[in-house]
Amino acid sequence: MGKPVNHDSYSDEYLRGILRDVKTIAMVGASDNWNRPSYFAMKYLQSKGLRVIPVNPAAKAAEILGEKVYPSLDAVPVPVDMVDVFRRSEEAGAITDAAIKQHAKVVWMQIGVRDDAAAQRAEAAGLKVVMNRCPKIEYSRLCGELGWSGVNTGIISAKRRKL
Amino acid sequence: MAEKPKPGFETLAVHAGASPDPATGARSTPIYQTTAYVFDDVDHAASLFNLQSYGYIYSRLTNPTVSVLEERLAALEGGRGAVATASGHAAQLLAFFTFMEPGDRFIASNKLYGGSITQFGRSFKKFGWEADFVDPDDLAALQRAITPKTKAIFVESLSNPGGVVADLEAMAEIAHDSGLLFIVDNTMASPYLCRPFAWGADLIVHSTTKFLSGHGNAMGGVVIDGGKFDWSKSTKFKSLTEAEPAYHGLRFQETFGDLAFTVHGHAVGLRDLGATMAPLNAFLTITGIETLPLRMERHVANALAVARHLERHPAVAWVSYAGLDSSRYRHLARKYLPKGAGAVFTFGLKGGFDAGVKLVESVELFSHLANVGDTRSLILHPASTTHRQLDAAQLLAAGAGPDVVRLSIGIESLADIVADLNQALAPFA
Repeated sequence: MGKPVNHDSYSDEYLRGILRDVKTIAMVGASDNWNRPSYFAMKYLQSKGLRVIPVNPAAKAAEILGEKVYPSLDAVPVPVDMVDVFRRSEEAGAITDAAIKQHAKVVWMQIGVRDDAAAQRAEAAGLKVVMNRCPKIEYSRLCGELGWSGVNTGIISAKRRKL
Repeated sequence: MAEKPKPGFETLAVHAGASPDPATGARSTPIYQTTAYVFDDVDHAASLFNLQSYGYIYSRLTNPTVSVLEERLAALEGGRGAVATASGHAAQLLAFFTFMEPGDRFIASNKLYGGSITQFGRSFKKFGWEADFVDPDDLAALQRAITPKTKAIFVESLSNPGGVVADLEAMAEIAHDSGLLFIVDNTMASPYLCRPFAWGADLIVHSTTKFLSGHGNAMGGVVIDGGKFDWSKSTKFKSLTEAEPAYHGLRFQETFGDLAFTVHGHAVGLRDLGATMAPLNAFLTITGIETLPLRMERHVANALAVARHLERHPAVAWVSYAGLDSSRYRHLARKYLPKGAGAVFTFGLKGGFDAGVKLVESVELFSHLANVGDTRSLILHPASTTHRQLDAAQLLAAGAGPDVVRLSIGIESLADIVADLNQALAPFA
């Protein structure tokens, strides 16, 4: 184990490592409304070859973007590498505990979502944790696409960009 | 593994935003001289139009050459993102267009560049936007000018032509205590000399036509967002917090977080104002910025030496340069402009208006024109040119009285700059 992760400032290497390793994501709070942020994120991550399994007890649709919707994380029948928390901070703890139970490798909490106690439990169980970030924004930042929108990606490199 | 150190300013000036071209490996940023970009399929097009994925649609909104410049400028200022525009005036229009509604007000320094005073005070009225001009040295007056309809405070870090340095930290506090946006025009200082985000600015605007492009060959402007302002803290900034009908009810801050202003600036601002920077101008500006640190060092060294020389010259009544010990802004310059007080300053001729006209017509090396921030040394008599639209009171308030001559000191040999001024001033000495 290296030194503890600083949850106020993640290194590019830490985020890049997670996004390179992860193949299957359970997105808790995925919306079936095409104009919600979670739908944007799911569609983008799918376009990068990642499988995103929507979890949402309140979803009216049976499927979102071609994937069956499950009512809870426990109900997802396949192993997931990462649990993406698109719910408020107050719900992040219970979702994190379910993610630990599911043997996920990563818990990722969206922008505005943070629960340091839950993060400690996940890290103690060997999971990696990212809080208050969006995987779509970080993926696009690290692969250079975010710069297409005039955003400061913070990447300085004389090599062609890839994730 | 040790964490990588943050790249220095000079490294960012050369590299930020500009990795090798993904298609060809071209090392210099290519000029993407194209209006539009093909869609993979209808679904891809829909994703792009709905702002769900990243990509180019039409160069009025985004262009690969322009976006390299945007990222570089955001990196140099330490901001989150940037929107490049056709000119500095277009940048100001886009910045205010984002959040102003008819009947809204903002406070602006009365020492701004004359063209900005005209844009704010006259043309903005046609949109129902009211500017309240205040002396930036009078912080109490700034506070008093705030009304319930006020949304922002706008100042220049270093003003042209008065040599006024704004107390950015104190102004940011006044703005934020009232929930107002603090906007700083950093054109005359450039990010090499002044760091407005570090002092509390929320947005920075530039005319990139000046020191950033630096060679007097490319028009351009930019709005840079610091990414720290919470648009949802009040109901003043609805365009970023409430449902946008043209994007099917999308809420920019909720969807894009601290990228909200940057995305809105392209997706709504450039879409509807159309004041887009041309790819060739972006290329020239990118190239210019690579040498910004080197040029600025020479600019400020030459400017300080010329200002000191003129202060001792018998034809000269006064010199207004914040880098001189005689300047009332010296203490603010030490704080906000530690590497130098810029390269543009004014001086007064004992011979008044007529001497000013004669001087600008007698110089050989100095170019008589209405620009600043060129490699070449430039000279102007504001009262007879750029500031003609202002009345007598506005002229004095803007530091552009009849005896005032403005210099933009270039990066030529110092001895040649001084010799040219000496020969042109000789008849008045």
